[in-house]
Amino acid sequence: MAAVTTKDIRKDFGDVAAVDGVSLSVRDGEFLVLLGPSGCGKTTFLRIIAGLERQTSGDVLINDEIVNDITPRARGVAMVFQSYGLYPHLTVANNIAFPLKTQGTPRPEIKCKVDWAAGLLGIDGLLHRRPRQLSGGERQRVALARALVRNPTVFLLDEPLSNLDAKLRACARSELKQFQQKVETTTIYVTHDQVEAMGMGDRIAVIDHGKLRQVGTPSEIYDHPADDFVASFLGTPPMNLVEHTGGLLGFRPEHFLPREMLDGAALSELPFRIDRMEYLGSERILYGALDGFRAKHEVTAKLPAHVQLSGIRAGEWHKFAVREAELRYFDRDGRRTVGTQEQAR
Amino acid sequence: MSVIAQAAAPRRLARSRFTFDRLEVLGPLFIMPAILYVIVLVGLPFLLALYYSVSAYSIFNPSYTFVGLKNFREVIDSEIFRRTLANTLIFTISAQIIGLLLGKIGAMLLMQEFPGRRLARALIVLPWAVPVSLATLAWVWMFDSLYSVINWTLVAAGLIDAAHRPQWLGQEDLAMIAVAVVHAWRLFPFGVVIFLAGFTSVPQDVLDAATIDGAGFWRRNYQIILPIIAPIIMIAVIFGTVFTFTDLSVVYLLTKGGPINSTQVLGSLAFQVGILSGDVAHGAAICLFLFPFLLVAVILLLRSLRRREI
Repeated sequence: MAAVTTKDIRKDFGDVAAVDGVSLSVRDGEFLVLLGPSGCGKTTFLRIIAGLERQTSGDVLINDEIVNDITPRARGVAMVFQSYGLYPHLTVANNIAFPLKTQGTPRPEIKCKVDWAAGLLGIDGLLHRRPRQLSGGERQRVALARALVRNPTVFLLDEPLSNLDAKLRACARSELKQFQQKVETTTIYVTHDQVEAMGMGDRIAVIDHGKLRQVGTPSEIYDHPADDFVASFLGTPPMNLVEHTGGLLGFRPEHFLPREMLDGAALSELPFRIDRMEYLGSERILYGALDGFRAKHEVTAKLPAHVQLSGIRAGEWHKFAVREAELRYFDRDGRRTVGTQEQAR
Repeated sequence: MSVIAQAAAPRRLARSRFTFDRLEVLGPLFIMPAILYVIVLVGLPFLLALYYSVSAYSIFNPSYTFVGLKNFREVIDSEIFRRTLANTLIFTISAQIIGLLLGKIGAMLLMQEFPGRRLARALIVLPWAVPVSLATLAWVWMFDSLYSVINWTLVAAGLIDAAHRPQWLGQEDLAMIAVAVVHAWRLFPFGVVIFLAGFTSVPQDVLDAATIDGAGFWRRNYQIILPIIAPIIMIAVIFGTVFTFTDLSVVYLLTKGGPINSTQVLGSLAFQVGILSGDVAHGAAICLFLFPFLLVAVILLLRSLRRREI
C-alpha cells in the first residue's frame, strides 16, 4: 500500500513531449484512472511510474520517497499490460509464481501464495495450462493474479480490458473494481474508454497531449469540466459547445430539452433546428443547429425514448431550452470561467 | 435482368480463362519445379551413390560388379576414416557452439541503439556473402606460419613468446581449432540474423512484465527470452549442423585435411578418395556415412522442435 506522487514529470521523445509536466498525487488505496485519447502520453506516464521508462525531468515519489533511480523491482510495483505479457512457455502456475521466484521466496510459500491468488481470481482449475490455451478473460485473470501475488505497493493497469469483447468487458469491469476494493491496493488504471473511467475510478485524471487537463471525481469531471477538451471528451454525445460573447458556452445534450418539458424559472431558451433523429432504444438523439450561434460541431439533444415527440419533426424549428444552472462558460482559450451566469441571449 | 440472360455466352470463355485460378491445377503446377529439382539433383545422385557404394566402380575400371557391403567394411576398418568421423563430429559441434554463441552476442549488441547500427547490421552478413574461397584465403594469411597477424598480435600483447609462435595450420590440435573457428566465423552472420529475428519476435509486453516481476538481465535472458525463441534457434541448429557436417570447402581450402588427416572431415575425405584418387566406390561409401548421422540429427531436432512449440 502506498501513495504515489509525481512532480512535474516530463518525457521527451526527440522533439515531441509525450508527457509534458504532469504533477499528480494518488492517495493510499485509491483507484485513479488516467483517461485520454490514444497517443496522449498516458501509457508513457504509467511506464515512468513503473520504472520501465526514465523521465526526462521531474520526480516520482512512492510513499514520499523519490524513486527516480530505483529499479522497477525495488519500487515494488505490479503491472498488468494491455496484451497481458504472460510468459508463453510457462504454465499458469509458473507464470503466477515467477515474481515470487525472482524474489527468492521459499518453494512451499510460493505454492501457497499461487493457490491463494488463483483461488481469489477463480482460476485454480487452469494452473497447468499454458497461456495459449486460455481465453482472453482467463488470460487477464492470470495477469492479475501474477500482479497480485507479491503484495505490490501499487497496481499499474494499462488498458487491461481492451482485448476483451464488449460483454466480457462489462463483467470484468465490475469484477476488477470489486477486487480492488477488497485488496485495497493503490491502483493507477490507464484507459481511453470513458465508460471504464467513469464506472471504476475514485478519481479520474484527464490527459491530453501529455498535459494533465483535470483531476477529480467522475461527477466533477462530467458536471464541471475544467476546459473545452474535457467537456468534449466525456459524454456520448459530448457536451455541446457554441461560440458566445468571445468564449464558449457549453451544455450537455441531456439537459437540452424541448421548452415544454422544462418548468420553473431560470431557463435559457434556444431555437433548435432539427436536422435528423436517431432512435437508440432507451433514448433519442436529435442533431441540428441553433439559431444565432456558431457551434464547433453539430448541436445534439438527448431525450429519453419514452418522451412523446409530438410536433417535433426533422427539418423544423422547435423551441428548446436549458436550465441556467446547467450552462457552462469557457473563455477564449477554452478554460472554464466560473460564475458568469449571464443570460444566453 | 438482361444482364443475367447474357451471361451464358461469356461463361464458356470464362471457364478456360480461369483454369489457373483453380487450386487443383495451380497447386501441382507450382510445386512441380521443386519436386523435379529434388528428384533430379538430390534423389538421382543419392541412388547413384547407393549403387556405386556396393560396386567396385573406379574411374580406372568403370565396372558395375556388385560387391555387397565390402566397401563399407573396408572403410570402417580404415583408421583414417574413423579419425575423420571423429573429426567431423568435433568440427560440427564446436563450430555450431562457437557460431551460435557469437551470433547471440552479436545480435544482442545489434539490438542496442548506437550510431551506425544500420551499417553494422549490413556489414555483419559479410562473412556469409563473401565467396568462401576468398574469405578462406584471408584466413590462410592470418594463420600463416611466418606472417600470421594473429601471432603478431599475441606477441605484441606479450601473451606468447616470439620464439614459440604457434603454427596454426601445422600443428594437429591447433589446425582443428583453426578450421572450427573459420567455419564458426562463416556461421556467425546466420546466427546473428536468427537471433535478431528471435529477439524481435519476443513481445515487448513480455519483456516489460519480466522486468516488473523482478527479473534481472540473466534471468530475463535464460528464463524468458531463450525458451521463447528456442524453436527458432532449433531451426538454426538444424541448418547449421547440416551445412557444417557436409561442408568440405573450409577444410579443403585451409588445410586439405592435414596435417596427417587431423582436420580431415567426411566431405573432404570422400572428395579425396572418390574424385581425386578415382576410387568412386569407396568415396560413395564414405559419403553415405553422412546420411544416417544427418537423419538422426534432423529427426531429433525436429522432434524437440515440435515439443517446444508454443
